Amino acid sequence: MALYSEAVMDHFMHPRNVGIIEDADGVGEVGNAKCGDIMKIYLKIENDVIVDVKFETFGCGSAIASSSMATEMIKGKSIHEAMTLTNKAVAEALDGLPAHKLHCSVLAEEAIKNALKDYYDRNGIAYDPKEFPDCEHCAHCE
Amino acid sequence: MRVYADNAATTAMSQKAVDAMTPYFRNIYGNPSSLHSVGQEAKEALDAARASVARCLGCEPREIIFTSGGSEADNQAILSAARYGARKKKKHIISTAFEHHAVLHTLQKLEREGYEVTYLDVKKNHNITAQQVRDAIRPDTCLVTVMYANNEIGSVLPIAEIGAICKEAGVPFHTEAVQAAGHLHINVKEQNIDMLSLSAHKFHGPKGVGALYVRRGFPLVNLIEGGAQERGKRAGTENLPGICGMAAALQDACEHMDENMPRVAAMRDRLIEGLSQIPHSALNGDRENRLPGNVSFCFEGIEGESLLLLLDAHGICASSGSACTSGSLDPSHVLLAIGRVHDVAHGSLRLSLSEYNTEEEIDHILTVVPQVVSYLRSISPVWRDLQTGKRQYIL
Repeated sequence: MALYSEAVMDHFMHPRNVGIIEDADGVGEVGNAKCGDIMKIYLKIENDVIVDVKFETFGCGSAIASSSMATEMIKGKSIHEAMTLTNKAVAEALDGLPAHKLHCSVLAEEAIKNALKDYYDRNGIAYDPKEFPDCEHCAHCE
Repeated sequence: MRVYADNAATTAMSQKAVDAMTPYFRNIYGNPSSLHSVGQEAKEALDAARASVARCLGCEPREIIFTSGGSEADNQAILSAARYGARKKKKHIISTAFEHHAVLHTLQKLEREGYEVTYLDVKKNHNITAQQVRDAIRPDTCLVTVMYANNEIGSVLPIAEIGAICKEAGVPFHTEAVQAAGHLHINVKEQNIDMLSLSAHKFHGPKGVGALYVRRGFPLVNLIEGGAQERGKRAGTENLPGICGMAAALQDACEHMDENMPRVAAMRDRLIEGLSQIPHSALNGDRENRLPGNVSFCFEGIEGESLLLLLDAHGICASSGSACTSGSLDPSHVLLAIGRVHDVAHGSLRLSLSEYNTEEEIDHILTVVPQVVSYLRSISPVWRDLQTGKRQYIL
């Protein structure tokens, strides 16, 4: 289907890191069912390194592909590197997304940051709240 | 196996329609408005096509206007009735909440011009009753425009009853019959229809051509000015190949309706029965009064676009009313109008059949759809929340 790049279709048809982590160190969920997409990210973190990551996504093809690609991009990386992941990088790694699907890559970035925020909260690590977007009030769902 | 189950979007052309068109590209290529013999040959074909379409609808040939398709016919019918009404200080229109956008957007344009539109509620049985129309008619009502059958969920509306009510009340009645023409028996005189829109490519005819039936004497306004074609009501040299293809396709559909449609309806019923077994799913549309080829479901916990992509990977071409397939953020207005909330409207699937589908294809759909729904649920956080009780099932 020409709507999506081969990379998007590959990650949609064969998503990497699907599932949950029962004893996750950080869990992030963004989006809502009303808008038609929800992403949930589970992180396993050891010595500031993301040793495992899983996701579950309710959403369109590009939402599932963005989740898959974003989890691949942070797996094995330090939490500081993961914090620098941008939606643009996710979209580029997927060889681009249609304009009206770019918010899917935004959701992937936000889901990961949300999970990292949860990790910081659980471990009493100080952070700047401005670094974490507030998904509930983003323009996409309004 | 490739299964085309999106016949409400468009159909494959029939061989008869293709054969009916081909002479008019290179052999009978004249302009029907030309005086010479080449033009007059074309004029004869145009007249014959008009007579054929008229026979299929139960009207006179002069009551048929050829258009570029259903949308143009809808626009012209509604705007004509609105202008005629305004001359008599009547600016109220009755329609339904689940009309096609060709109708809805035209009505919204009129609302901005000061017309008032009553959109009949379609939550009960996913349909309207003739009584709802009767109750909505006012002294200043200038038009009732309700679709013959809904394109997304397949509900067939009580057109003959509505026609009788409109006739009694003296209110012009238009019906957008794009999904019905060639699939259901239509007789505009018996059903008291004043205007009816149809589109050729929904019944194995060509794309880019349609027709508007207008009861003799009803004053039409032109959308396209510039010539005396179509009795001066629709300018532009006629799309003769398209018109001849449409006439042949409609005639073929009407002649074989009684053998084809029960077979299509039987396949539809197998699909409805089979897909109803999927837990937390719901059929959309009127179960009793339903297009022979329409199957529409909502599956909770999944999103429609990913469903379509996976079905396509299994060779099944279908459609969905999810936001992601529409390019907007809201799911289909039809699903919302029948009362589906956003959460489940995103997980909709429409399979629309024609007589070209086979029982083997239905078997394939019945094998694949439950698998794909189950897979998408397995990776859905919404489904997990539903299963663990963190979220309440809607369906």
